[in-house]
Amino acid sequence: MIWRRARYEAAGRVVGPVIASLDAWQRRRGRRGRGPRGGPFGPPLESVAKLKELMTVHYYQGRYADGAVPVAWVTSGFPVEVLRPLGFHTVYPENHAAMCGVQRLVPGLSDAVEAQGYSRDLCSYVRTDLGSVVTGRTPVGRLPRPDLLACCTNICQTVLYWYRALAAHFGVPLVLVDTPYVYGPEAKPHQLAYVRDQLEELVRVAEKVSGRRAEPEALAEVARLAKEGTDLWAECLATGRERPAPWTGIDGFFHMAPIVALRGTEECNAYYRLLRDELKDRVRRGIGGLREERHRLLWDNLPIWFAVREVATLLAERGFNFVCTSYTNAWAEAGSRIDPSDLIGSAADSYTHIILNQDLPNRLGILRRLARDYGVDGAVLHSDRSCKPYSIGQVDLRDRLAAELGIRVLLLEADHSDPRAWASQQGENRLTAFMESFG
Amino acid sequence: MSGAAGLGVDVGSTTCKAVAVDRAGRILAWRVEPTHPRIEPQVTRLLGALREEAGDAPVGATGYGRKRVPSGRALTEITCHARGAFARTGAAGLLVDMGGQDTKVIRMGPAGEVLDFAMNDKCAAGTGRFLEVILGRLQVPFAEVADQAARAERAVAVSSTCTVFAESEVISLVADGAPLEGIVKGLHQALAARVAALARGATGPGEVFMSGGVALNAAMVGALREALGRPVRVLPEPQLVGALGAALSVVPGAA
Repeated sequence: MIWRRARYEAAGRVVGPVIASLDAWQRRRGRRGRGPRGGPFGPPLESVAKLKELMTVHYYQGRYADGAVPVAWVTSGFPVEVLRPLGFHTVYPENHAAMCGVQRLVPGLSDAVEAQGYSRDLCSYVRTDLGSVVTGRTPVGRLPRPDLLACCTNICQTVLYWYRALAAHFGVPLVLVDTPYVYGPEAKPHQLAYVRDQLEELVRVAEKVSGRRAEPEALAEVARLAKEGTDLWAECLATGRERPAPWTGIDGFFHMAPIVALRGTEECNAYYRLLRDELKDRVRRGIGGLREERHRLLWDNLPIWFAVREVATLLAERGFNFVCTSYTNAWAEAGSRIDPSDLIGSAADSYTHIILNQDLPNRLGILRRLARDYGVDGAVLHSDRSCKPYSIGQVDLRDRLAAELGIRVLLLEADHSDPRAWASQQGENRLTAFMESFG
Repeated sequence: MSGAAGLGVDVGSTTCKAVAVDRAGRILAWRVEPTHPRIEPQVTRLLGALREEAGDAPVGATGYGRKRVPSGRALTEITCHARGAFARTGAAGLLVDMGGQDTKVIRMGPAGEVLDFAMNDKCAAGTGRFLEVILGRLQVPFAEVADQAARAERAVAVSSTCTVFAESEVISLVADGAPLEGIVKGLHQALAARVAALARGATGPGEVFMSGGVALNAAMVGALREALGRPVRVLPEPQLVGALGAALSVVPGAA
């Protein structure tokens, strides 16, 4: 145990950073002579190097986590603040699956679980994660074995069945936080009381698994960090309201990794201070995410991870930039209700009001607000084959956004990480026709 | 006769269309051929023929093969169909374009601009290909389709609009002794229902227009009229509308 703990700490503090800086050095060498990111995009963000280092160290340290510290696998919308004070190393299968998506590893991983009888109609994150568990294949070397599985239904119901399959595989406890769907602007008090009860039970289970006690001061400190991190991320996103926006929507998709996977830690916040300062500096100097920003768009739903650059480049070549996305914005809102003086109660409130746990009028309200705040003249609603809760209602959202705001709206069918559900040629055709309709 | 002011090529999934237009947007010459797998030589030959007939002019290109058209200004079929349809009608409305691989529903504004569009996604259901496959299976030649559908006493319900499933469904219906005419009519109804869903009830101002190769099939036009509950006006030379729009896109001052 002591040896494993020492190895885990060394991986995070010494070896991981060395590997990350070697990576960075190799990237710099590989890029020499090629100059900065060219084409229609503005100069690349310098913070990217730090982002890569942060995530490399996190995943590298994760290889040595099991047996050294308690390990929890959690869903993206899980109130992780409750686990951090107990010393859990957290793994986000969704974040990992997104990485597999970017690297186009999903078809191979999916085949492995489809052969076991899982349907291809399941979410591609689920298939990727289970495929990675079954085959041991991962772009991060190794994922640590969980001691606890923690799942919250605020993003979908599929997570329950997904995590049950993981629980059966690993033979470890599964805690479920069931968040009632919010109809109307706010959740009812009895709904929040129901979630709060579950969070209190979660603390007891997590204490038992970790062998530690959740001290109130430690809970308050993590709550403070999570809230601060959320606010910093919101500040970063808000720079997109400027003209030109200092970065692109795809930058946002990649830079959200820490707020998803490291929320409630000082490393996460330090990173976003750096990023915020750089973005504000770009705004001051008039540096845009695109060389020439002609049209500003809103993106709804998850990105198409495997085609994110393909889509962004096609649009950027004609001066179209995604200046805001409902997906990255979700992490600027999730933690905003967190209150360090009452972590459990405020976490219940906060995590029940995630965008995907809210009814269509609320979702329309969020899109409408984003469209106005960021001054967009068009929107692309990604109808994501893998994410039904996010995609349902988009036909009505499209009609309402177009009618109420007078903006052009495109519904684009794809999948967040399975390239087999994306017809590149047809997608390009729709996006091009959409751009042509701006005249 | 004044010479060509613009040449337009629409390289579709099934047929390749080429037109030459004058300054007023009148078609001076045209060609339609099945699309060849080697697009460039085919397009070069077609354009050569048009140039000989109507004179040389800049080239606008559309359709899936638009990037393979030498020195053409490439625009998507959505923009070109709207432009071509507006040149024919001069009015706002809803354009249903049914081609080999795509079915598009385009809402056009009063200046012929594209307000909104919807297309079938990644699927042959609701396209000319669907009819081609199933009618091929039933050995009904294209020329007889409309007559057969008109002769049907009643339509045989075909529930599936997935090309693969519908094909096996039709095989079962034939095996069960269902009348061929009724099946043909049922197929058109199923297809029209699918397109109507894409058009979302075809609300909005203006008439409903139809273009594309499938518009030459009177049975389909009739089924669509029934499904939408509104008159459907087939544009003149419906197959050429996309190519016409492409040609007009390179004529300065044209609609």
